[in-house]
Amino acid sequence: MAKYDTPMLDELENGPWPSFISGFKRLRDDHPDKRINQVADSLLGQLEHSYETRKGYWKGGTVSVFGYGSGIIPRFSEVGKAFPESKEFHTVRVQPPAGNHYTTGMLRQLADSWEKYGSGLITFHGQTGNIMFIGVDTVNTQHFFDDINEYGWDLGGAGPCVRTGMSCVGASRCEQSCLDEQKVHRTLQNNFTDDVHRPALPYKFKFKVSGCGNDCQNAIERSDFAVIGTWRDDMKVNQEAIKGYMKTKGRDYIQENVVSRCPTQALSINDDDTLAVDNRNCVRCMHCLNVLPKALSPGDDKGATICVGGKRTLKIGDLMGTVIVPFKKLQSEEDYEEIVELAEEIIDFWAENGLEHERCGEMIERIGLANFLEGIGVDVDPNMVNNPRQSSYVRMDTWDEEAEKWFQRKAEAANA
Amino acid sequence: MSAPRPPIESGCPDGFQYMHPMMRKHYGNWDYHEDPRPGVLKHVTKSGEALYTVKAGTQRILDVYTLRLLCDIGDQFADGHVHFTIRSNIEYMVADEARVQPLIDKLESHGFVVGGTRNSVAMISHTQGWLHCDIPGTDASGVVKSMMDELIDEFKNWNMPNRVHLTTSCCQINCGGQGDIAINVQHTKPPKINHDLVANVCERPSVVARCPVAAIRPAMVDGKPSLEVDEKKCICCGACFPPCPPMQINDAEHSKLAIWVGGNHSNARSKPTFQKLVAAGIPNNPPRWPEATAIVKKILKVYKEDAKDWERINDWIERIGWPRFFELTELPFTKFHIDNWRGARNSLNASAHIRF
Repeated sequence: MAKYDTPMLDELENGPWPSFISGFKRLRDDHPDKRINQVADSLLGQLEHSYETRKGYWKGGTVSVFGYGSGIIPRFSEVGKAFPESKEFHTVRVQPPAGNHYTTGMLRQLADSWEKYGSGLITFHGQTGNIMFIGVDTVNTQHFFDDINEYGWDLGGAGPCVRTGMSCVGASRCEQSCLDEQKVHRTLQNNFTDDVHRPALPYKFKFKVSGCGNDCQNAIERSDFAVIGTWRDDMKVNQEAIKGYMKTKGRDYIQENVVSRCPTQALSINDDDTLAVDNRNCVRCMHCLNVLPKALSPGDDKGATICVGGKRTLKIGDLMGTVIVPFKKLQSEEDYEEIVELAEEIIDFWAENGLEHERCGEMIERIGLANFLEGIGVDVDPNMVNNPRQSSYVRMDTWDEEAEKWFQRKAEAANA
Repeated sequence: MSAPRPPIESGCPDGFQYMHPMMRKHYGNWDYHEDPRPGVLKHVTKSGEALYTVKAGTQRILDVYTLRLLCDIGDQFADGHVHFTIRSNIEYMVADEARVQPLIDKLESHGFVVGGTRNSVAMISHTQGWLHCDIPGTDASGVVKSMMDELIDEFKNWNMPNRVHLTTSCCQINCGGQGDIAINVQHTKPPKINHDLVANVCERPSVVARCPVAAIRPAMVDGKPSLEVDEKKCICCGACFPPCPPMQINDAEHSKLAIWVGGNHSNARSKPTFQKLVAAGIPNNPPRWPEATAIVKKILKVYKEDAKDWERINDWIERIGWPRFFELTELPFTKFHIDNWRGARNSLNASAHIRF
């Protein structure tokens, strides 16, 4: 028997899209465990109260599991007297497997554990990428974690720490994949497990891995360290398949939707209905591969572009990640060691120089990219800028030395 | 009482143990894909074997009953393996084409919505809102449910010029992220300060440092150490509220919704773009938020009619220009659309390029 009426929430049971409110009510009305019935009832009551008053009623606090300083989002109700059964309603952030794959057996096991201790509400996944187990009281937080930790699940990050990483479906299903996304994800992420569990950084730091420039993980915008798959040899063109597309879709369609949409005018149609690609000017944007997946594919010399410093508004405004490494081969174990070392350099430098609550990208904005590069020991590269400086207000009395460095690097590269 | 149990710091689990066997077997060896129908992908390996993926939208906040139902469907049709997309859709992988339609029928018979691929309106990416966040100006799941009820046909079909990513965010931190269309809370009044609580609850120097426009300073109020806000400088962003809850920014009437368009994560064609303001002052109106949905639908309608194939919303506006966008959508252009944040001059039209 429901204690709380929910006339406004009831409206959200109408309409064709699946209703989360109906799910909550099922837990309230049908679940055999009385505790879960009461928690769902109380939660619905508080949510209805929010809908009526247009205000939220959760406050944070300090809840963690033994040995960790992060991973739990504590929530205590400000209206707990009116809705006592859900007055402690913490979220447990759990790191998903790389690539977000699950067996139904494992999902059932997680559901069983969650039902024992928590509210019965789960989201796959939160915006940072965690599995969100929503709603557990303080005592059961530890029990639930102990339970799932025994069979392979660990907490994600929360607060000023390395956060949970994300990777796209990538090589497991997608022909455009230029990386072993899962390996990149786990190699980077699991090198920083201590920094995930014990917040000691200026603010959050996120890794995201996308297998190509389509960036399905939103890595450039949403992560401090974005790994984007790319290739540096020529893209592959199956000319027979191109001719097939010309036949089925028409020459005009290919001209209009492929050739003329290329951002660097690197494509043209030959008289015999084959496609010509100016690979030197192709920027690997992925558009033509998206339109003609049967005919065009990435080259063989694959690797990653690494962008650093993406984030949203707080505090200085939106920043996209910027190129720090134009191309990083990711094949040998040594390559993987090098990308981990780069991430360590960046996190260490930022931990040392970032202000409290300052994201890595904001620090770069404050100190300038050139100083950041010097700090992490990475050489400048024209791929890092849209255009060179336009302000003449700069002191350049070490120009000759800097120019000499450039020529030396060119010479070393030529001899390598 | 027994000694506390030390955690096993296993970090991010290996995905291979959970992957569909065909994905494991052909990892890195895929040749191309086709889109047989909305909500279904067909990926073909270099050796010519096909794997079908059926994508379905859910309520995102799953109760254990719904999760087990989704598992039952996976056991029956998809060899017991599932994948979740970044926008919280569930995906089932099927090697046998004959099982695709029965799987779709089964999902639809339980109210799940098959779609969200290619040039459709994808599931709205969203956060927690009143259900669980400590600083939300609105709900998330409710807004999304209300909007997806209205946009469901656009999720199930390929009517759009290119894909459309929608996002919602319950405060200006914008956890929902960039979207082709983003529906975000926008506060319009400075915080109301409960001076009795500030000294005990807030670390005042941190709060002062948090303000993007240096509008907060320490002050003694009624003999107690507190904070004050220069309301002429305040941009009502709410950045002070998370570190100092007595600076209440959420307001039943004055916390409004704003709509932004043209955010695009992809590098395809143009470099990734941030979303731009198009509408504000929209009432935060539970339980169905009809005013915000109406504007989203209007923008989608115009985009659908006017954009060319493969143009995302940002590409389309780039071609037709902002004056035409405001004309077509019948949204007012105001002084608030002109940016005044750092770098704003780069957003001004310093040219004679005008469309007539």
